[in-house]
Amino acid sequence: MPLFLQEGIASVNPIRDAIIQASYLAASVMFVLGLKSLTRPDSARRGMQQAALGMLLAVIGTLLNQNILTYQWIIGGLVIGALAGYPMAMKVPMTSMPQFIAFSHAFGAIAATLVGVVEYRELTREGLLTNGLAGALGFEVLFGALTVTGSFMAFGKLQELITGRPITFKGQNAVNIMLMAVAFGCFGYLVYNPMAAWAFYSVVGLALFLGISMVLPIGGGDMPVVISLLNSYAGLAAAATGFAIGNNVLIIAGALEGAGGFILSVMMSKAMNRSFANVIFGAFGAAPSSGAKAAGEVKEPKTISSEDAATQLAYAGSVVIIPGYGMAVAQAQHVCRELHELIEGQGGAVKYAIHPVAGRMPGHLNVIMAEAGIDYGALLTDVDDANRVLGSADIAIVIGGNDIVNPDAEGDTSSPLYGMPIFRPWTAKVTYVIKRGKGTGFSGVENPLFALDTTRMIYGDAKGVLGNLVKEVKALNEGH
Amino acid sequence: MTLIMQLYVFILAGFVGFLVIGKVPPLLHTPLMSATNAISGISLVGAIVAAGGQYGKISTILGFIAVIAAATNVVAGFLITDRMLGMFKQPAKGAGHGADTKGGAK
Repeated sequence: MPLFLQEGIASVNPIRDAIIQASYLAASVMFVLGLKSLTRPDSARRGMQQAALGMLLAVIGTLLNQNILTYQWIIGGLVIGALAGYPMAMKVPMTSMPQFIAFSHAFGAIAATLVGVVEYRELTREGLLTNGLAGALGFEVLFGALTVTGSFMAFGKLQELITGRPITFKGQNAVNIMLMAVAFGCFGYLVYNPMAAWAFYSVVGLALFLGISMVLPIGGGDMPVVISLLNSYAGLAAAATGFAIGNNVLIIAGALEGAGGFILSVMMSKAMNRSFANVIFGAFGAAPSSGAKAAGEVKEPKTISSEDAATQLAYAGSVVIIPGYGMAVAQAQHVCRELHELIEGQGGAVKYAIHPVAGRMPGHLNVIMAEAGIDYGALLTDVDDANRVLGSADIAIVIGGNDIVNPDAEGDTSSPLYGMPIFRPWTAKVTYVIKRGKGTGFSGVENPLFALDTTRMIYGDAKGVLGNLVKEVKALNEGH
Repeated sequence: MTLIMQLYVFILAGFVGFLVIGKVPPLLHTPLMSATNAISGISLVGAIVAAGGQYGKISTILGFIAVIAAATNVVAGFLITDRMLGMFKQPAKGAGHGADTKGGAK
């Protein structure tokens, strides 16, 4: 009877097994080297291409497995998957990268969960399910199913199929914690009595439900943490699959992703100065009322015309641009590069201050700016470095960002943003803020930066405003 | 393989992950995430065995769906990572502007 890859089963062909194991070892090494190459932007691409080659090796190795008796379903599935994946990867705009990653997490997790179900069925049928294996399978479907629905929810929120605002109801956290407790109870019983199919499928069902109910109350602005966390869960599901089928390359790849997702979610939480628990259970954006205190004393912000702004930009020695997600939404990155080049043509220096949580996933704005053809030497990704440069800049331009430049994060202990590391555009000689309209940002918190004496607002769509600035600077050039 | 050996592998690989990934600069955090996502599509290996092992109709169909999902994850994950990394240009000055940033697009 064919069995899964569990070791300890007499092998028919030791040489073939050695080849398979060698392919897995090679793949594991190439994965680690691929990730290591990501520490430097100039080596990254080649390294990841090698990692892809490692994946190919692992797949070829697996096809040699003696337990595989028919190939038509495998080939069919591989072809369909490749045909579906190729156009998705080639067409997705950089702005939609977070949705895309969420979607991709869901697919990986679907695979892990289904493999878990198949294994459970086969192992119980053959009476080979040990307590340890039941535990591994339980983890696999728990993290897998949670990631499937959680990722689809995140996808829906990011794609704005469902509202980005947190969806909450009274006692939500209590319900979630109770569900989690029941899921763990079923999991525990499954380990105790591996033949209890109801416990196994209850874990699957509860995890599917938990994925939905845990992501629903989290606001769009917190998506960088959620995506990172789902990244980690997807990795843990893959690692648990490795435990269940006794395959090291799955354990290694899963552990790598689990670690990566965990590191990123900690970094993102830190960049927002919030704990995990606060992101998951806090439903941050639900209470904008707390930020609306003393609205009466807020001064009316000053504005500036594109003409005047352009004149100043044309003669500026150094300009720092602080892009936020609003810039990406407005697709203003290309016209921003035009302005950048014009200023440089006049002898000015242009840098970008990219906040770790700007955008909807870790590092999102870096990719957006890179897409526009801005080389990575101009991107300041460290908040302290960026603030040093801002301190000696002539002009800071905030485009479509809000919370990442809110001085209350440093000065007002009652602000929900208090403690978050932020950029200090007000230390530049003058700050322009390009903003769609008056009103608060994503978190619903007032921003006193707008009312400062050195701040000038330019209201309008980021793409339109930047387009005007480009036109005006060009006109100035021709005037000379 | 015993559970304890698997735990060794898992924990050591986790450490490698922490050490290596902790050094990835924020500049590349988005490609990092798509890269780890693509790599964890390695569940494909388990899906292939499930789909090809002739375990009965239901298991084969579930395995088949798993192969589709995992293959989509792997192909899309590696391609998008490559596409993104192709966009990060070196700070070499005077390189002209980049219309040719799409690696393998048709």
